[in-house]
Amino acid sequence: MRYVISLALVMAALWLGLSGLFKPVLLALGVVSIVLTAWLSWRMDVIGVEHNPGLFSWRLPIYWAWLVWQIVLSNIDVARAVFNPRGHIRQRVLRVPARQSRELTRVTYANSITLTPGTVSLRLEGNEILVHALTKAGADGVLSGEMGDRVCWLEGQSK
Amino acid sequence: MIYTLAALTMLATMALALARALLGPTVWDRIVAVNVFGTKTVLLVALISFVMGHELFIDIALAYALINFIAIIAVLKLVNVQHSLEREEEP
Amino acid sequence: MIVDILSWILLLGGGLVGILGGVGLLRFPDFYSRLHAAGMTDTLCALMIIAGLILQAGFSLLSIKLALILLFLLFTSPTASHALARAGLTDGLKPEGEQSSNN
Repeated sequence: MRYVISLALVMAALWLGLSGLFKPVLLALGVVSIVLTAWLSWRMDVIGVEHNPGLFSWRLPIYWAWLVWQIVLSNIDVARAVFNPRGHIRQRVLRVPARQSRELTRVTYANSITLTPGTVSLRLEGNEILVHALTKAGADGVLSGEMGDRVCWLEGQSK
Repeated sequence: MIYTLAALTMLATMALALARALLGPTVWDRIVAVNVFGTKTVLLVALISFVMGHELFIDIALAYALINFIAIIAVLKLVNVQHSLEREEEP
Repeated sequence: MIVDILSWILLLGGGLVGILGGVGLLRFPDFYSRLHAAGMTDTLCALMIIAGLILQAGFSLLSIKLALILLFLLFTSPTASHALARAGLTDGLKPEGEQSSNN
């Protein structure tokens, strides 16, 4: 129930941010759609721990900034592969251990791997992620486990 | 001016994606290309809103970003179901 | 003025990254490698173009909407990529270099 309320609050902020209008008719429409959406998602049983507002710690912006930097670096690597596909592409399928204790952070890890170009997570199998890497640099980057450590650090706060 | 130039680069990217969608060879290659085409449409609409000076276009880009994602997931589901049906009929 | 120049660099750079990704989409040899080229246009290209537009819009409702577009794109693109890769894998499309999966 707590999560339904936090979801409704986020949706209210979204509605106000997107419309920017404070006329009574529009506000009433907003309340109706928020209640309807919250009721529907409760009925569909899709509200879970990921709607816990406590998950948004101060570590998240730092992790995002680091992730954006990784995205820039791996884009340069893939761009080099575009100029020289034969010489630069070394495709590999890897098994990467995901040591995060909670499923949500393991999903965060898998999504971060996919978000950086050059590596795509194919499957999340328990404590292992099946990763497809395009280049040697991409494969080495995933195997070094630095991103996994960062996600563990991200998890630390809200444990 | 700079917006028009950026919009043109987006159109070029979309043309390249369209070429990949036509070439295939597998249905998955085509879906990847259509996905790229869709996300570039979002950026194109955002750029067009600056070219034209209409802020309203941004809302269209926002809605398109969501619709594109749902469409890709729906197409993936559909193709998956179709393929598994075909495989059941084969033996 | 500096902000203008920075946003121009971001917009043109984003366009360039987009075209590079499109060329990669055409040049790369198989489905899984093309997925990486697609990821390139989905992440850095979107990031740079939206950042360039936000610099032009300044602190306003427009910037919030642009940031939301970027947030949606960055949240949905890995999900779409992963769903695609997984669907290709279940469909029996073999990724190159799978032999090395056991080490």
